[in-house]
Amino acid sequence: MTTATSWSKISDLLLEATSDTLYMVGVSTLLAALLGIPLGVLLHLTAPGGLSPQPLLNRLLSVVVDFGRSLPFIVLLIAILPFTRTIAGTTLGPAAAVVPLTIGAIPFVGRLVDNALREVDASVVEAAVTTGASKFRIVRSVLLREAAPAVVAAIGVTAIALVGYSAMAGVVGAGGLGDVAVRFGYHRYDYRVMWVTVAVLAVLVIAIQLAFDVVARAIDRRRRVNA
Amino acid sequence: MITVENLVKTFPSRSGNVVALDGVSLEVPQGTVCGVVGQSGAGKSTLARCIALLEKPDSGAIRVDGTDLVRLNGAALRAARRQIGVVPQGDSLLRQRTVAGNVALPLESAGVARLQRRARVLELLDLVGLADKAGAYPDQLSGGQRQRVAIARALAATPSVLLADEPTSALDPETTASVLTVLDRARAELGVTVLIVTHDMDVVRRVCDDVAVLERGRVVEHGKVLELISGDSRTAAALLPQTDQTTGLSSVDSNVGYGRYDGIAEVVLVGFAAVGALLPEASSRFGVNLALLGGGLTRLGDTPVARFRVGLTGDRADAALDFISEHGGVVRRRTREEVAA
Ligand SMILES: Nc1ncnc2c1ncn2[C@@H]1O[C@H](COP(=O)(O)OP(=O)(O)O)[C@@H](O)[C@H]1O
Ligand SMILES: [Mg+2]
Repeated sequence: MTTATSWSKISDLLLEATSDTLYMVGVSTLLAALLGIPLGVLLHLTAPGGLSPQPLLNRLLSVVVDFGRSLPFIVLLIAILPFTRTIAGTTLGPAAAVVPLTIGAIPFVGRLVDNALREVDASVVEAAVTTGASKFRIVRSVLLREAAPAVVAAIGVTAIALVGYSAMAGVVGAGGLGDVAVRFGYHRYDYRVMWVTVAVLAVLVIAIQLAFDVVARAIDRRRRVNA
Repeated sequence: MITVENLVKTFPSRSGNVVALDGVSLEVPQGTVCGVVGQSGAGKSTLARCIALLEKPDSGAIRVDGTDLVRLNGAALRAARRQIGVVPQGDSLLRQRTVAGNVALPLESAGVARLQRRARVLELLDLVGLADKAGAYPDQLSGGQRQRVAIARALAATPSVLLADEPTSALDPETTASVLTVLDRARAELGVTVLIVTHDMDVVRRVCDDVAVLERGRVVEHGKVLELISGDSRTAAALLPQTDQTTGLSSVDSNVGYGRYDGIAEVVLVGFAAVGALLPEASSRFGVNLALLGGGLTRLGDTPVARFRVGLTGDRADAALDFISEHGGVVRRRTREEVAA
């Protein structure tokens, strides 16, 4: 009963699906970084011993972030369908999928950035405080700059997680590589398509990792002379 | 000039409050170097952090050139912080910035334009002897070089006070010397008032004009080093050569022989003239034989200082000791029982 799809059809399909996946992952990574980095900074600043300790706000943010991270993506996807429709006007297609992908990734980025900032030595931050620097300057020129390689790596981890999430979103109508794998590989038992999809996904993940590694290394000015 | 008045700072802890500073008062005149010494946990860092305006004391005042800085907030606090250059305890350089970038940080905070920043940074790197390292990153420097960069950074925004918490604690003796030289130069060339927290008495010997001894959050001794060593002070005990040991002396009597002296005394001599000539002169003038029983020579800043235990033989031993005392030597007569103990 398998109606073998022709290779040229497969390659057309994959090309479109790959570009959809790239679109979903790219846009949602960008948005999650734009919103998640400030969230991570806020988490860090309001923590006990931070530059602006706010125990209550910090507790609240932490709970929200950890709740967001603990929610299985597929549940989040379904739970916020009405919200997705409000924002995107539809719940189908890659553009609509960006909404749950971004929302799922923001707390993830927030926590990773918070962790990255924690690696900046307290005495480095204090030295900056004693120069009379404003908090804004300390965040920008000291915390984020010193932690920049780790923050970039964190965004890379997020992008790769989003590749996986986007495939899941494909199952409920987002399109992309996950959608192809399900429709052709699963419903039609066309394992050729399945494996090619898997291979494309793997290449995608490796390429993303490589790209972020290169960037993280390029902006890291620490030079270990005798490490 | 820094004036600290009655500073109290407590930290809450599970087993009641820890009183880290218990009414600390201190005055450091303009252009002097003051060492804050004391055992671990005495409150040295807490004092330094309060003066650096990183920690708010429970009560008391911190005045730099007269203005109380303790109650300031917001922009006024940030402006006040610029008057106080701080070399924090530990490694505090930005590892993602070059040496020049690190030194420029306070200038950026102060809103100094790029061109002036560059000129000022080069001036300071010159002062600390690292002009050739402007483009290096902290990870490429040795510990002593990093500490000198931290000092240059602390001095960048022309503060009137320089504060350093254990600036040499992680360094070997040679690098320690280079760091202390730089601190001394800062005082000499820029006229800043310097406060150094340290547990190393050698730091006090080399660069401090004044010393404050902290003990359980209180100042138990404070004054000019050269004055304190003349008295019966902790500073004297810690800084001067021990008289029951023989630092750099060759022929020394053993305890057994104390009986044969007409007088025994401990003598502190300060300055080239006294250290070089006072004892021989007393000896020849009064026909007294002076034997060195212990002690030795040291140096406080540029001033040679000696503390000796001497045994005198001769009829006019007492007159010789009076002569030494009248000519600036500090003389403490000892009984045989005292020194033999
Ligand atoms: N942030 C803090 N929280 C609680 N206790 C502190 C804190 N900082 C210092 N202390 C306590 O205050 C006392 C003085 O500490 P510190 O000033 O660091 O001493 P020193 O620098 O002379 O070793 C110690 O008992 C220390 O445990
Ligand atoms: Mg300390």
